[in-house]
Amino acid sequence: MLGYIFRRLLGIIPVLLGISLLVFTLLRTIPGDPAIIILGERSTPEQRAALRTKLKLDRPLYLNFEGGNVFESQYVTYITNFATGDFGDSIKTRQAISKELKERFPATIELALSALLIAVVVGVTTGVVSATKRGSLLDAGSMIVALLGVSIPIFWLGLMMQYLFSVKLKWLDPSLRLDTSLHGTFKPITGLYLLDGLLLGRFDIFTNAFKHLIMPSLALATVPLASIARMTRSAMLEVLYQDYIRTARAKGLSARITILRHGLRNALIPVITVIGLQLGFLLGGAVLTETVFSWPGIGRWLLDGILARDYPVVQSGVMFVSLVFVLINTLVDISYRFFDPRIQFK
Amino acid sequence: MATTEPTITNKPTSDQALLLRKPRSLWSDARRRLLSSTVGIMGLAICAFLFAIAIITPIVQPLDQTLNRDTANKLQPPSWLMSQEERADAAKKSIDKARKDTPWGRFERPFGTDQLGRDIFIRVLHGAPISLTVGTFAVVLAVIFGSLLGLVSGFFGGIIDTITTWLMDILLAFPSILLAIALTAISNNRESFSYKFSQQITNLPILQTIFDPPLFNAMLAVAVIEVPIFGRIARAAVLSVRNQEYIHAAEAVGVSRTRMLMRHILPNSLTPILVQMTLSVASSITSVAALGFLGLGAQPPRPEWGSMLSTAREYVGTGQWWYALFPGIAIMLTVLGFNLLGDGLRDALDPRLKH
Repeated sequence: MLGYIFRRLLGIIPVLLGISLLVFTLLRTIPGDPAIIILGERSTPEQRAALRTKLKLDRPLYLNFEGGNVFESQYVTYITNFATGDFGDSIKTRQAISKELKERFPATIELALSALLIAVVVGVTTGVVSATKRGSLLDAGSMIVALLGVSIPIFWLGLMMQYLFSVKLKWLDPSLRLDTSLHGTFKPITGLYLLDGLLLGRFDIFTNAFKHLIMPSLALATVPLASIARMTRSAMLEVLYQDYIRTARAKGLSARITILRHGLRNALIPVITVIGLQLGFLLGGAVLTETVFSWPGIGRWLLDGILARDYPVVQSGVMFVSLVFVLINTLVDISYRFFDPRIQFK
Repeated sequence: MATTEPTITNKPTSDQALLLRKPRSLWSDARRRLLSSTVGIMGLAICAFLFAIAIITPIVQPLDQTLNRDTANKLQPPSWLMSQEERADAAKKSIDKARKDTPWGRFERPFGTDQLGRDIFIRVLHGAPISLTVGTFAVVLAVIFGSLLGLVSGFFGGIIDTITTWLMDILLAFPSILLAIALTAISNNRESFSYKFSQQITNLPILQTIFDPPLFNAMLAVAVIEVPIFGRIARAAVLSVRNQEYIHAAEAVGVSRTRMLMRHILPNSLTPILVQMTLSVASSITSVAALGFLGLGAQPPRPEWGSMLSTAREYVGTGQWWYALFPGIAIMLTVLGFNLLGDGLRDALDPRLKH
């Protein structure tokens, strides 16, 4: 088991190296000199050259074949800096990227986790109920809704929710994580405002954060929810006609225990696979959701970085997101064993 | 499969009837199953409806950017929600002098008007050829490159397989929309090769009614993120048929490798690829619309649904809901249609995979 986990974690390294190569190469294909972007058009050639030396942009791209240390190149510097946690500074805001990450990553995590929670709880419940009441009106209805759910463009759903709940009904707040009046009135502990509100005993922050969070997380949850519901239903249907379910019923177990402990437990593997796949969607979908709801998270930050050609932000940000993404997928793979002891790892 | 007609003329017994039944190919069987499933029929109907709109709209009313531009009537709600007086009033202040005295009909502007007073209904209709072409083109490109990669790596194995699998893993380890955003942002630089290339393409006669250079680049980016999906499917399919007896038989009679790949392995890997193609058209259309929404895809005034939503976004806060509602419904309907068709195809082509 430990050996398997270790091997899986080791397998992440070549993928990350590939991603870094890809990002690095893509950024270098954009025409334009970063030195000019930072210093402006009116800078002198000497200033630019000095900055290039300072940022080590005068070094060869991938490997140094011009004599001296082979590894004195831009790419190797980028990789080693990233590995040691030195992400560099943003060109646009001149802030340390690690500082911006620390502010923005919790925002995305809060959004993605709450969306995941909604999707798993509602999705699995719907799937189980549909499967046990197969052919009923409830089953047909929820599967039609699920089909619509996988087809909805989430940015549009977000817009429509904003109109209905903020503009028309004025129940919820259309953007940001907190009312501006609450900004700076507290020192975040975890960066997850819901949790911080509870930890600090500031219920005004908790309720306010909740009112801001609910729409974006619902919008983000739609597609995963629908996929999870569909997958749970079909996996449950396959399991419910097995002999051991009939045995469980025959020996007089209650319907609840039969369905949950004997049925759902065995239907979980494909469901977990779908949940794992949807995590990637959550991270990607966050770009769109964060744009619609002006959510100050990592997706919107990366998008702005790409549009502004903020190389360091894109280089480090994409690597960071990919690292999280690959780690989560590996964890999902490893968790199969936990949910199904029959699976043996070689 | 033999298709020659049997020559026995006397009335067959029931056993003979079974033997004499016209042989059915996989495809005719699949067609029968597709047409007998509700999901498949619904998907087919929606897709046919959309393709009909996409073909008919440009013929009946070629896209004209100045069409219906009626700034006096900007941001009017759907006409069936307006009162009689409002419709008469709208006609009176309209730029169209000939229409001054006849009030708007109940369905004069069924989806309302946008910030320039254009008919949103007409613009949504004109979005259909754009989205369908973009979705189909992207998937066709992805299928060609993806399945070639997958076939080659699955068939030859070894170092080629290791490298292609690594490349596909990398592409899949990226949140795909981010990759598409990055690729589009890079290729939309006016000095880049891809931008100049796409300018050449979008100057061609029919294509220029569909694409502008940013939209073309967005489509290419979406094709790139779909490539590894097809690569994986094709590779898995090859690996599963590779050791079947008919492949060994072909090998034994000395069939060349290319011929084996193209004539024996590819056709037998087609089913999962075909199903994924349909589903991928749906996801490509959403992705291209998302890029348009972020301002990276089609540029106004091109009536692409995503970029219409991008403009409409500014008017949601002020209460003009109809501007964002209808293009979004169009996207959802299209995506739904292809998803249904994909589900139906999967059930029809491979009953074992039934969901």
